[in-house]
Amino acid sequence: MTQEPTIDAKGLHLTFETNDGPVHALQDVNLEINKGDFVSFIGPSGCGKTTFLRCIAGLETPSSGHISVNGLTPDEARRARAYGYVFQAAGLYPWRTIGGNIRLPLEIMGFSKSEMSERVERVLELVDLIGFDKKFPWQLSGGMQQRASIARALAFDADILLMDEPFGALDEIVRDHLNEQLLQLWARTEKTIGFVTHSIPEAVYLSTKIVVMSPRPGRITDVIDSSLPKERPLNIRDSPEFISIAQRVRDGLRAGHAHV
Amino acid sequence: MKSILPVFTIIAAVLFIWTLAVVPMNMHLTADQAQRSGAIVTPDTPIARKETNGFVLALKNPHLIPLTYVGKRPNLPSPHQVAVEMFDTIFGKKITSKRSLVYHGWVTLAPTLLGFAIGTLLGVLLAVGIVFSRVMDKSVMPWAIVSQTIPILALAPMIIVVLGAAGIHGVLPKSVIAAYLSFFPVVVGMVKGLRGPDHMQLDLLRTYSTNNAQGFWKLRLPSSTPFLFASLKIGISASLIGTIVAELPTGAKAGFGARMLVGDQYGQPILSWAALFAAALTAAALVGIISFVERGTLRKMGMKPA
Repeated sequence: MTQEPTIDAKGLHLTFETNDGPVHALQDVNLEINKGDFVSFIGPSGCGKTTFLRCIAGLETPSSGHISVNGLTPDEARRARAYGYVFQAAGLYPWRTIGGNIRLPLEIMGFSKSEMSERVERVLELVDLIGFDKKFPWQLSGGMQQRASIARALAFDADILLMDEPFGALDEIVRDHLNEQLLQLWARTEKTIGFVTHSIPEAVYLSTKIVVMSPRPGRITDVIDSSLPKERPLNIRDSPEFISIAQRVRDGLRAGHAHV
Repeated sequence: MKSILPVFTIIAAVLFIWTLAVVPMNMHLTADQAQRSGAIVTPDTPIARKETNGFVLALKNPHLIPLTYVGKRPNLPSPHQVAVEMFDTIFGKKITSKRSLVYHGWVTLAPTLLGFAIGTLLGVLLAVGIVFSRVMDKSVMPWAIVSQTIPILALAPMIIVVLGAAGIHGVLPKSVIAAYLSFFPVVVGMVKGLRGPDHMQLDLLRTYSTNNAQGFWKLRLPSSTPFLFASLKIGISASLIGTIVAELPTGAKAGFGARMLVGDQYGQPILSWAALFAAALTAAALVGIISFVERGTLRKMGMKPA
């Protein structure tokens, strides 16, 4: 590979000091994510998948090892607006309209008024929420709120999208729909996406690369490059290829558990 | 309008109990007066009556019951006596008259509002300091709590005397006491409100590399608005109480507090009661105004109507 990876982690360790002694959240994590990849992190709770995502975002500082984002340190990358972050809950401000919520990062980053409204319109179109900019969050369903929070993360043109179990709190039907939309969005915007989940079908359906992790200490047990085509209708989940990848993820998760 | 019915039910119940209580409360007084003016009363000596309970006395002398409602200096004035006195002193006097409750009301209201403004400003500033500075959190908060454990009745004359010695008279000393009572609920409410945003909301701002000031204006302040209004409602009534307390032990010549004291000292309880109710109505009106502003503000902020 000639191109430098978008996200590059080498020998990453992170230990939290707690009252019950040190917790090894991440141990010797090595991973390269290339531009345009859709990478899922999957594993049981405590496996460090969210912690790793937060390391990429500079929300946690590794105890040792090296991580670079777009060739910068996570802190520098954040200041360069390298990524948008989507949390498990939409976390929209109830006192701002949908449009106002999407404008929040733009206001903080000092965009002009006209540019703000242009961007709000563009990202609302991307997440299929045209006409909702004047609505308040409580007037929207949970799925629509999460789409609005994705729009907020897209508004300032970061080329990386970090998503921490964004659909975890939604029911399966809404989730399927949003997964489909997310793939379309990814195809249109060519973002690099890091996606934390604990759903095997979700990980296999969405990803070009699946990172299987296991807990105590949090580590990577398998990295699977998906052989599924980029074009993925929902019924691809019944194909033998999909099932065999899902099987490998399941094996990886089980192998991780065997160590405990 | 649905909220009117329960409120009136309570008012009706209070009036009913009050009206009943007037009879035994005033019976002894009424019996003494009636006997002096020649009426037949059983038992017929004040000493024997003293040992009789007010209810029993009323049952033995049913013909005296109506008189318990019209005594000039009753132990417990009847509701209509208070109402008449209030009507008379609110609408029946020129508002510049020393006997007008409107005049006394304004004398109390002005320092209440000034004290409320000072207290609110101080409370918000302290809360901001406490939230953003660990040192202030450790140093100011305990003193704010201690400040409220000192009986204001003991403190008020001292403040008035000290400020008086410094040449400060009039509205300001009363406002200081009002502010002293009203800053506290604002501090407590705003500290809670400003600390309200959860980890996720704070992390979101971190991903935008915001500084403290942006976090304050974009997230902490707006999310604390409901707490602010709750605090303001407590603060304004505390402020009114502070002003009245400031008027009580300090020989104030005007104001609700002075009016209550005059009524007590000159044996005119109706006067005291009228001032008390006027003060209560003023407090209710002030809280009502804040509730009104609160509703408008929260609606404008898109808060889901509760």
